[in-house]
Amino acid sequence: MQDQKPIVEIKNVWFSYNGRKVLQDVSLTIRQGDFIAMIGPNGGGKTTLLKLMLGLLRPDRGSIRIMGRPAHKASHYIGYVSQDVHLNRSFPITAIDVVLMGKLEPKKRWGRSSARDRREALEMLERMEVAAYASSKIGELSGGQRQRVFIARALVTQPKVLLLDEPTASIDAKGQAEFYRMLQVLNRDMTILVVSHDLVAISTHVKSVACVNKRLHHHHQAEITGEMLEEMYPCTDEDICPVELVAHGLPHRVLKHHGD
Amino acid sequence: MIFDALQYEFMRNALAAGLLASVICGIMGTLVVVNRIVFLSGGIAHAAYGGIGLSFFLGWPYLVGTIGFSFTAAIVMAAVSLKAKHRADTIIGVIWAMGMACGIILLDLTPGYHVDLMSYLFGSILAVPPSDLWIMLIVGVLIAGFVICFYKDLLAISYDEEFARIRGVPIRALYFALIGLLAITIVMVIQVVGLILVIALLTMPPFMVEKYARSLLQMMIGSSLLGAVFTICGLWLSYAFDLTSGAAIILVAGISFFLFFLVDHLILSRRHNPESSPTASP
Repeated sequence: MQDQKPIVEIKNVWFSYNGRKVLQDVSLTIRQGDFIAMIGPNGGGKTTLLKLMLGLLRPDRGSIRIMGRPAHKASHYIGYVSQDVHLNRSFPITAIDVVLMGKLEPKKRWGRSSARDRREALEMLERMEVAAYASSKIGELSGGQRQRVFIARALVTQPKVLLLDEPTASIDAKGQAEFYRMLQVLNRDMTILVVSHDLVAISTHVKSVACVNKRLHHHHQAEITGEMLEEMYPCTDEDICPVELVAHGLPHRVLKHHGD
Repeated sequence: MIFDALQYEFMRNALAAGLLASVICGIMGTLVVVNRIVFLSGGIAHAAYGGIGLSFFLGWPYLVGTIGFSFTAAIVMAAVSLKAKHRADTIIGVIWAMGMACGIILLDLTPGYHVDLMSYLFGSILAVPPSDLWIMLIVGVLIAGFVICFYKDLLAISYDEEFARIRGVPIRALYFALIGLLAITIVMVIQVVGLILVIALLTMPPFMVEKYARSLLQMMIGSSLLGAVFTICGLWLSYAFDLTSGAAIILVAGISFFLFFLVDHLILSRRHNPESSPTASP
């Protein structure tokens, strides 16, 4: 699997926003079957990196290729699930119509969605176990159900990789564990990168962890081991180690202090 | 009753103008409310006064000057709200005020003419000439065509702009088209029913329907119908009690608006805790 062509290839990317360095010499390769958790502090550049991959932003230096093509010409390979907090909850739209948005093609414009698209959308809702709510208004669903609808919307675009930006922000603790188990099942035939605040909740499900805090460090095993923490040190000297900020749930002795 | 009133041609024209305005505002108002550009619409409507002043000052035909001015102001506002989202409301406020002030100064400078600000604010629905009805009908057809043609794209950018962009929807072009069309709509309808009624019909019916509609289309149809009911009731009241018609329509809409939310709130709070009486809430 290692010698297969990567889905996403980020090479030495630099990005600054309003003169402030957000990403510094970031490289990351996502291969078929990966399940990567991306963690790091707020403002550490996680969402920026997602937007770079989606081609919504362009890097200052370095290259991002999706399936071998430049990112801004390849967003259709990516299934993107955004944070839903900014969406209008009372918007008049049903779950199935949200999914059908994934079938939107600029060339097809007239009239209603085709019967085949509707069937496909419904099948995807079934796979996400929310088909019962297909004709419910999206605002009437719970946070977890809503996220499943958004994943269904991303999946009907037939992406090569699924990017999720803090998908559990509006889900309670019990729902979160269930949600990550669902992602694990999905990972059997879908490459996934999920941005998360909560490393502990996600660590037992993912295959690897990428720490982002201006720089990126990819740990190829998900367990939080002493070895991995040792590995964190070369991250940066002047920046705070990302894990220190996100591992609130861990016993303190796990963390060594910098410069002690 | 209302049928009595309809034997007069001016009442029939007023009713037709009100119904056309309801449908146009129902469609555009739905897009205004879900895209949260009510303030921008207010800005366009007020800046239009600058266009009225400009038309009189330069001796241009009314519609040319007004549409030109409003359209330009609207495009500037749209560009600002796309570029600097967090400062958009301030810039819109500035253009809003400047448009009004320009209009008044230009009318001051126009010798021998004093336009009635009241007729601009409340329109003159009882004095609508049939030619204006035709113009409204054409605008209505234009808007309906635009919405039918770009329905899915408009739905996508209204609900989730980022996702729409990733799917390759031409967001900027559609946004400018929407705002441009909104400017034309507002100027056309202001001329007939006045600035205040335009804002009322653009916002109140869609907002009331939003919660119960299951799609944008339903929301547009529901808003149009609700607007039509307000218009008919308001016109009848104005006929029966000799009241200013535009204000009567708005008052009917406004009272329904607050009654609707009061009833809605009572039903909701009763459903949540059936045993407690609604008056017990703090």
